[in-house]
Amino acid sequence: MARYTLLPLGSCALVRNGRREREGVFVGSCRLYAAVAAGGFRRYATYRSATAAGVFTNTVFGFIVAYTYLALWDERPGLGGYDQAQALTYVWIGQALAQALSMFNTGFAVDMVARIRNGDIAVDLYRPVDLQLWYLAGDLGRAVFQLFSRGLVPLTVGALAFPLALPGDPVVWLEFLVAVVLAVVVSFAIRYVLALSAFWLLDGSGVLQFGGLVGMFFTGLLLPLNAMPGALGDIARVLPWASLLQMPADILLGARSGAAEVLMAYAFQAGWAVVLLAAGRLLQSSATRKVVLQGG
Amino acid sequence: MADVGGSVRVYGLIAAMWIRSTLVYRTSFAAAVLTNFLVTALDFVVIWMMFSQATSIGGYSFAETAFLYGTASVSFGITALLLGSVDDLGLRVRDGSLDAFLVRPAPVLVQVAADRFGLRRLGRFLQGALVLGWSLTRLDLDWTLAKLLLLPVMLLSGAAIFGAVYVAGAAFQFWAQDAAEAQSAFTFGGLTLLQYPPTVFARDFVIGVTFVVPLAFVNWLPALYVLGRPYPVGLPWWLAFTPPLVAAGSCALAGLAWRAGVRSYRSTGS
Repeated sequence: MARYTLLPLGSCALVRNGRREREGVFVGSCRLYAAVAAGGFRRYATYRSATAAGVFTNTVFGFIVAYTYLALWDERPGLGGYDQAQALTYVWIGQALAQALSMFNTGFAVDMVARIRNGDIAVDLYRPVDLQLWYLAGDLGRAVFQLFSRGLVPLTVGALAFPLALPGDPVVWLEFLVAVVLAVVVSFAIRYVLALSAFWLLDGSGVLQFGGLVGMFFTGLLLPLNAMPGALGDIARVLPWASLLQMPADILLGARSGAAEVLMAYAFQAGWAVVLLAAGRLLQSSATRKVVLQGG
Repeated sequence: MADVGGSVRVYGLIAAMWIRSTLVYRTSFAAAVLTNFLVTALDFVVIWMMFSQATSIGGYSFAETAFLYGTASVSFGITALLLGSVDDLGLRVRDGSLDAFLVRPAPVLVQVAADRFGLRRLGRFLQGALVLGWSLTRLDLDWTLAKLLLLPVMLLSGAAIFGAVYVAGAAFQFWAQDAAEAQSAFTFGGLTLLQYPPTVFARDFVIGVTFVVPLAFVNWLPALYVLGRPYPVGLPWWLAFTPPLVAAGSCALAGLAWRAGVRSYRSTGS
């Protein structure tokens, strides 16, 4: 049994020939995290049939949900401030982003929980890199792959099958992509906190499952947060999960437009990202200080 | 169809072993059942929220939709409880653990289905049953003997049809080990579909799940008969009573697919 302490943020550097290279530390660690991100990308790009299967499933769910929205917006035109075309577009944006934002698949968190349980996390902690940034870099690489591989086909099929309200202005798409990047960071930060619970619970899979499905609900994948009634809707719209789908979708649908509203959305996302990343860091330092690792 | 009694006995033995091991950690088990219950309840909350915004959807009331939700969920709950583990077949092929099943003197499908039997999945079944019970107290139906008998027949046949989908999907994983997610389109996708009234969906879509993948026989056709509603695709009324036949046919086809899959299996070796 062994205890490990984490290097504080900023002290990470490349170790070469057994000694720390002080010069070029920043460049070195940037290159390192870029390599980790590329690894995350490649890891998911390897499984082509899994990707194809996922695209198929996202598309089928897109159709099912789109029809239920059509029926709902027939009854209540303008619900949640969306017209029918916007509501349909919301469905397909949701299916396109579901994997990139890990809405029901907890991605790296499953690995991390397993590594905490079997003690492999010791290896991660022993590396001369920052644990949180290491996992964040890998998750960003994965998200880039899944955004394009799993996002484009469902969105295209949706646009061919239904009259969607997609913008023609490239600036709006760019604003949307920035919001998606922020959303990936918030999604990562949530899952990182959930995964760390395994240090205390040992079996973190229940927490992940619960967190994942509660998240899917409050993300608005099933029903836009705008359309949720009463106090439930008011609460859902300020929770961190509102950063994931609602904000990028609102920007793409033109429900938030103009510099002020877009910046407000970014600020909301960035605020949650900072709070949750800091929470993860705090939890991580108390976990590594107090918890005796599993294994011999 | 060699020895059904023997298969059931083997399934019971393996499942009982997993149940015993689950029940060692009682708190953990209770938490898992509760989680399962709450998680599946969330998709009913979504339907409830939709009906809080509109009095009817696709011409159906909340109670009628709850009836569809309840029947589909109970059938699916039974299947997920009994066959939920077959989803992992691709994983077993990849890591080679399927080889162990092949050398044991018991049917492979039975072992795959019973392995890691998850009693926690009772939560899903119970949640569906509660919604179904609630909808029955709210609906004002003219019950006839035929409708009363049709209800349990529909739930069990529906479970068998979902079971056929599960097994066919698992068989497909013999060829495409990483494609487990495609199966979700038919299992979880099918479940989501059947929880809503058929009038919501496009006609071609309804025709597809009636004649191509016969999910409509799980609950739409029989449940609409019980509710006294016409099926959006004009079909003779007596089809409402055919789910057992459709279930038998689907299971036979799924069984053939499974056999073909096992025959084509090559171990990862090493």
